[in-house]
Amino acid sequence: MKKGVMRPGHVQIRVLDMDAAVKHYTELLGLIETDRDDQGRVYLKAWTEVDKFSVVLRPAEEPGMDFMAFKVVDEASLQQLERDLNDYGVEVEHLPAGELKDCGRRIRFVSPSGHSFELYAEKKYLGKWGLSDVNPEAWPRGLKGMKAVRFDHCLLYGPELKATYDLFVDVLGFYLAEQVLEPDGNRIAQFLTLSTKAHDVAFIQHEEKGKFHHASFFLETWEDILRAADLISMTDTSIDIGPTRHGLTHGKTIYFFDSSGNRNEVFCGGDYTYPDHEPVTWQAEQLGKAIFYHDRQLNERFLTALT
Amino acid sequence: MSNVYRVVMQQSGQSFDCSAQQSVLKAMEQSGLRCVPVGCRGGGCGFCKVKVLKGDYECGKMSRLHAPPEAIANGEVLACRVFPLSDLIIECQQ
Repeated sequence: MKKGVMRPGHVQIRVLDMDAAVKHYTELLGLIETDRDDQGRVYLKAWTEVDKFSVVLRPAEEPGMDFMAFKVVDEASLQQLERDLNDYGVEVEHLPAGELKDCGRRIRFVSPSGHSFELYAEKKYLGKWGLSDVNPEAWPRGLKGMKAVRFDHCLLYGPELKATYDLFVDVLGFYLAEQVLEPDGNRIAQFLTLSTKAHDVAFIQHEEKGKFHHASFFLETWEDILRAADLISMTDTSIDIGPTRHGLTHGKTIYFFDSSGNRNEVFCGGDYTYPDHEPVTWQAEQLGKAIFYHDRQLNERFLTALT
Repeated sequence: MSNVYRVVMQQSGQSFDCSAQQSVLKAMEQSGLRCVPVGCRGGGCGFCKVKVLKGDYECGKMSRLHAPPEAIANGEVLACRVFPLSDLIIECQQ
């Protein structure tokens, strides 16, 4: 956070059928719908999140991710980050306040991996859903499905990992928590963070630019992951893999797909990090175990089914 | 009472039943066959692209990237979004 970039703020995901998508993200994942706009976009948040939205669904003919945004601490930092991006040679696009409802102005840029990212400083504060800020109860009643706690991170596939690393670390102030290295030292996976979380955004080497692997949501316990798996079966939702554990981050996890083929993860636990920690390294020869700690085998669908 | 149709794989000759309410991919998975690659099952990733050589069917929404209009017109569709209206002969595109 040394440059003022604070945390993941939102992700805009393209969906083929909005009604089916809203049902998936609210009734199964347990997000809460907070608004809609005249572009047909639907705004959602998880119950512990204090700002108005963290997931935006946009109707489109091709699924995938439009952009991921990070919240910065204040307007002065946003202005400095814009100067830093310009000085670094990154083209910055301006989106006015209100282009996303109740969100302040955003600046947008494209990473060398081909993904669009945004920075913003202001968004309407709603507080945690169903709880008071004063003497709050443990959790609100009335949550649905998996009761997702928060939008946690995205995993993105694209080329130019080194240049993307340099942009995120040198300009935006992320640091490297975990990585996968080939024998010659080439980094094929980088998990970057602003916090003590094992990742706020992660990248895996892939030829095609701008591909979306998954958006991930946090749950509290392994029992919650098992319950999520039950709900995936009860709703006949397309499952990818799990419940299982990752080697990378050691998170306990399950993967599934929304109704447009975008991958979701819910996970719990896993490693923490601080800026003084050396990055955790997995060797590419152990990639199977790094990804799925129990199976210890590469899984073609997990590695290559993308939107 | 739903109609059940027979789906035949051109290359292998393997076949399975599929009702009009069921996607070809799901029917294949339930039959235990693995002839078409299974990805997202949501029309998004393009894993299960097939060419329908013979028969009538309806399609659900598919990613324009993997099933553009000209491909759809040519019978090149995603099996997870194909619902049969008659017996089908399909060819795997992977």
